[in-house]
Amino acid sequence: MLKYIVKRIFSLIPVLLGVAFIVFTLLYLTPGDPARIVLGEQATEEALAEFREKEGLNDPFLVQFGNYVWKAVTKGDIGRSYMTRRSVANEIMSAFPSTLKLALSCVIAAVLLGIPIGILSAIRQNTLFDNITRFLAIVGLSMPVFWQGVLLILLFSVKLRWFPASGFDTWATLVLPTLTLACNPLAVITRMTRSSMLEVVRQDYIRTARAKGQTEQIVIWRHALGNALIPIVTVIGLQFGSLLAGAVLTESIFSIPGVGRLMVDAIKMRDYPVVQGGVLFIAVAFSFVNLMVDLLYAWIDPRIRAQYR
Amino acid sequence: MENKKLLLDIQDLSIQYDTEGGTVHAVEHLNLTLEHGENLGFVGETGAGKTTTALGIMGLIPNPPGIIADGKIFFEGEDLLKKSERQMRDIRGGKIAMIFQDPMTSLNPVMTVDKQIAEMVLLHNDVSEQQALERAVEMLEMVGIKKERAHDFPHQFSGGMKQRVVIAIALACNPILLIADEPTTALDVTIQAQVLELMHELRRKINTSLIMITHDLGIVAEMCDKVAIMYAGRVVEYASTEALYNRPAHPYTEGLFNSIPDIDRDEEELKVIQGLLPDPTNLPSGCSFHPRCPYAIDSCSSDMPPMVEIEAGHFVACPVRFEHWKNAADGNGGVKR
Repeated sequence: MLKYIVKRIFSLIPVLLGVAFIVFTLLYLTPGDPARIVLGEQATEEALAEFREKEGLNDPFLVQFGNYVWKAVTKGDIGRSYMTRRSVANEIMSAFPSTLKLALSCVIAAVLLGIPIGILSAIRQNTLFDNITRFLAIVGLSMPVFWQGVLLILLFSVKLRWFPASGFDTWATLVLPTLTLACNPLAVITRMTRSSMLEVVRQDYIRTARAKGQTEQIVIWRHALGNALIPIVTVIGLQFGSLLAGAVLTESIFSIPGVGRLMVDAIKMRDYPVVQGGVLFIAVAFSFVNLMVDLLYAWIDPRIRAQYR
Repeated sequence: MENKKLLLDIQDLSIQYDTEGGTVHAVEHLNLTLEHGENLGFVGETGAGKTTTALGIMGLIPNPPGIIADGKIFFEGEDLLKKSERQMRDIRGGKIAMIFQDPMTSLNPVMTVDKQIAEMVLLHNDVSEQQALERAVEMLEMVGIKKERAHDFPHQFSGGMKQRVVIAIALACNPILLIADEPTTALDVTIQAQVLELMHELRRKINTSLIMITHDLGIVAEMCDKVAIMYAGRVVEYASTEALYNRPAHPYTEGLFNSIPDIDRDEEELKVIQGLLPDPTNLPSGCSFHPRCPYAIDSCSSDMPPMVEIEAGHFVACPVRFEHWKNAADGNGGVKR
């Protein structure tokens, strides 16, 4: 198993190099002069030239990319923000906790609600409960986040004054963004749990468990859910991965200083190093979540575990 | 009327499935008895209602769509259909155990086999988890699986080995009645023999009664004392194995025997029973077999044939053959096939 993990981590290297190369190329090709952006319209030609020389902007493309990768690997330095002049790694690390907090609270809420609702929906297939759940899941999937966020602010902050509309310091501030952002993962997890459970409860081994005289609760929660988890864990992983990449809209609506907002601001200001570092960071986060999901597979299903040896 | 001496006494059992295509009459007014320690072969085509009857006894008819519409199932003198779900849970596995048809899919793929056996033991015995696991290993060794393999998962076993595990689960709590639903259909012929031999041996060891569901008359001849022939949800003939094999009375039973190819004769074509099993949502009136029956007379399509005892312990639901039988018996004192 350890061998498998090490192997997987090594296989991240080409992925990250590829991502870095693509982002680097795209930004290189984008029109606009970084020196001008950093130093402003009034900067003298000498100052601009000096900046370009210092930042290595005059070097050939491949040399620039090589330098970038070399510094990233040896010093963990992925550049400095043109705007704040702080290191990109610092910028991202100070934005990440907010994003992580929001992503975790969303995923936890979605899992704690989605799995039980999905199970109930499956074992009461085609009842009123099931139909309502399926309808709500479609609503949850199709409601645009920006609209839903604004509605929630109007109701809970402006009208009822239960929760603050912005900021990100207390637990109360987490409620509305979570409500907004968790709807989609909740709907996806509920639907996946339902369909996966429907598939599993038909299996012969479920009948075997019942024939042993096992209680219905254990039949469902241990025997059925244990076998239905793989697709559920897959969608949870995908949802968590995209939440970690930053919820651009939600973070903007609720003024949360997270990775999504950092990226959008950086793109608007042509702060290339931050954009680049941000994309790279998202790629790492996604790959990490994927690795976790694959390890969970092995934990859940011994047949997969056998392949990992 | 219940009979205290009988282990199992099924009276007038009807089981239906309500589907979109109509009501499926899977089991129709079925009567069946089984004495302590007896082996009953339960024979019929696919779709005749054998498995449904077994699930009915276990209280595992999936509802919806299935319902037990009518009848009584006396087990040790008590009607199982009047029991609560809780009481049924104690009986399931503890007193009546079932072996299912397909060992490849009958075991939980994410649980080690010893835990799957121990689960059964824990449910019906007052033992610690450790003791249950020890019992599981004992059971595995009893069915011929080495104890080193106790912590293996089902996918690490072959089909025959899996069926051994399934048998170990079923017998773990020394059930009074074992229902085996085509336990060898999914297995290779060579493995079939081994599994049957094993079941035979274990059954003797723990003195369990057996209902063997099968469509293989050869297996019945080897394993069973009595045979019930089922057709379209009803038992059409019920007799001791000896009587049924030597003197089959119902036209359907006769057809089944005739369709066994004779290895010594050079036959061009396989003999079959003409026609198909009737649509269970729309059974023929009268005797359900009459459209396929070579002996059918007019009254067969209108009157439901009652079960008649043609010799001691040999019941058949066919008045036409019964008449024939009586005449033959009067004529030369015996019956010729």
